[in-house]
Amino acid sequence: MREICLPSGYNSRILQSRFKIHKMNNTASTLFDKVWGSHVVRKIEDGPDVFFIDRHFIHEVTSPVAFLGLESRKLTVMFPDKTFATADHNTPTVNQHLPVNDPLSARQLKALEANSAKYGISHWGLGNPKNGIVHVVGPENGITLPGMTIVCGDSHTSTHGAFGAIAFGIGTSEVEMVLSSQCIMQPKPKKMRIKVNGRLGKGITPKDVILYIISRLTAAGATGYFVEYAGDVFENMSMEGRMTVCNMSIEMGARGGMIAPDETTFAYIKNKDKAPKGQEWDKALAYWKTLKTDEGAGFDLEYDFNASDIEPMITYGTNPGMGIGITKHIPVAQGAAGSKASYEKSLGYMGFHEDEAMLGKKVDYVFIGSCTNGRIEDFRAFASIIKGRKKAEHVTAWVVPGSHVVEQQIKEEGILDILTEAGFQLRQPGCSACLAMNDDKIPAGKYAVSTSNRNFEGRQGPGARTMLASPLVAAAAAVTGVVTDPRDLIA
Amino acid sequence: MAYDKFKVLKSSAVPLPIENVDTDQIIPARFLKATERKEFGDNLFRDWRYNHDSTPKKDFVLNNPIYSGKILVAGRNFGSGSSREHAAWAIYDYGFRCVVSSFFADIFKGNSINIGILPVQVSEVFLDKIFKAIEADPKVEFEVNLPSQTIRISGSKASPPAGGEGLEGAETFEINGYKKNNLMNGYDDIDYLQNMKNDIQSFAAKSIY
Repeated sequence: MREICLPSGYNSRILQSRFKIHKMNNTASTLFDKVWGSHVVRKIEDGPDVFFIDRHFIHEVTSPVAFLGLESRKLTVMFPDKTFATADHNTPTVNQHLPVNDPLSARQLKALEANSAKYGISHWGLGNPKNGIVHVVGPENGITLPGMTIVCGDSHTSTHGAFGAIAFGIGTSEVEMVLSSQCIMQPKPKKMRIKVNGRLGKGITPKDVILYIISRLTAAGATGYFVEYAGDVFENMSMEGRMTVCNMSIEMGARGGMIAPDETTFAYIKNKDKAPKGQEWDKALAYWKTLKTDEGAGFDLEYDFNASDIEPMITYGTNPGMGIGITKHIPVAQGAAGSKASYEKSLGYMGFHEDEAMLGKKVDYVFIGSCTNGRIEDFRAFASIIKGRKKAEHVTAWVVPGSHVVEQQIKEEGILDILTEAGFQLRQPGCSACLAMNDDKIPAGKYAVSTSNRNFEGRQGPGARTMLASPLVAAAAAVTGVVTDPRDLIA
Repeated sequence: MAYDKFKVLKSSAVPLPIENVDTDQIIPARFLKATERKEFGDNLFRDWRYNHDSTPKKDFVLNNPIYSGKILVAGRNFGSGSSREHAAWAIYDYGFRCVVSSFFADIFKGNSINIGILPVQVSEVFLDKIFKAIEADPKVEFEVNLPSQTIRISGSKASPPAGGEGLEGAETFEINGYKKNNLMNGYDDIDYLQNMKNDIQSFAAKSIY
């Protein structure tokens, strides 16, 4: 069985032929236009927009040099109450009550704490009950709201787009800009809409939906665009699921992705710690209800997909566009010589070959967690498969909640008991093996099924081989020890 | 941080004909633990450049003395993935001032311009021509001219046509006027924003958030 598929990064004519240019209706705007337009402080001719930022998240890795920059220019933080700090990238996921062993990591964590204190920024460091992965704790605490502009020195800031916010990752120079002026200078991206209509089959999760989309568009297919996700599948999705989808927008090159806020969004936000209350809530709600794309508004590029075409997905290569349905075989290289060579290099790194089946491949490590799949629904899904089964003996599993709040929910809902019974241990919150900055590194040559977002060479540790998948696929691999279709294990 | 002004760069180039070079390859996460911007160039392309015991990998281009220069030429979709500006720092600190590819990831492109690296986006055809020119003569020089927004393979007298593409030896590239002015004069966005703080203050006063 050979599936016709192009090596990732290659934009095919077939794909390009799918787009339609809409007749523009001049008064109609997209959700993206509305939020972008309401945040432009100044338009520069033949240059970027001066773009106002409502919420700024910082963490220990991409902020220290920005604070040094402020000091050397003798600047201060313009609106400290619009920036929130949490430690996540470089934190241990065991024994968080003890001093951090690695002196460099410890110094970064101290720098974040000291800089936050110096400028009056709210800081949720290691041990704070609100600590966790920045893109998990922001929404959890009602810091993320519809219609906002949100940035962070982290490309997965796109997660917050699930609330109808414009949210994207920035570099450290821009972190310094936001700290010192609450603005960055951005050219407005082009607009793309991706619709998925129909019903998802049994065992198909939001992670499969986004891995499927990326596999169709390739890892560079949305570069230069900001995406709006629309259609039945997203309308029927939980906020956790929408966050998983928007989170991975960057993996097809898009700066961000967003979903129009609706009753699901409002119900999630209501009564969250920092969400508006009372009259403020009513006022905000009335505004948020206007945040949707008008009939006839134009997009630069549109894609339509059917939910029924989506299978549980898994990646076989070294970028997130290299994904296939779990029952499929690895595609055969096509395209220009340069593309072919890159494709072969990628399979070589993975130790895989063209036309091989993914099912049955041996798995050494399983990682569930990260800003992509580290929320309570993900652990519920994981538990639904492992309940009454045992972890395969040769598999090392890292189960890492996205925050202390998620950790608490895991305990309260009895998921911890299911994990323990099946031979799994729960670790403490953080980014962990997603980027392997701390000790959670997959050893060279080993295979991991990971619910995180990137399968780049060495991403999870030097020489580590990553297969990205959903929490259900991860659970199925954890109990069988090989790549397994989770639908075979669902009652 | 102050950076070298960019006007006209004449240099040989280092070829990296690989597609989808992500920022984890440019600088792996385990080298992001510094709290200052120092010595990132040492770890540029760390895992492609060095073995686990830190000895250089002989077959990687940065370890091949035949190739040198201030221009890095790479396959399409260069700089995808993480927003880490450390990737741009590593490239700059190593000594590159210009990266040429047929396609760049957005965040990397923005980060590069912000710290003084010129990303030059050329057509697939011209990129291929550059790789071939380097293959034929590793010392071949390129002229990257920011004021005229042109990249030229040395020895080619031809000027680019109005449309930019298709002519032997040279091609034009795009950059917006504001950023071009910044790079040519060593300005940055922070200075610009500091000069409009009153406007920002009144804008913020009207914000519902």
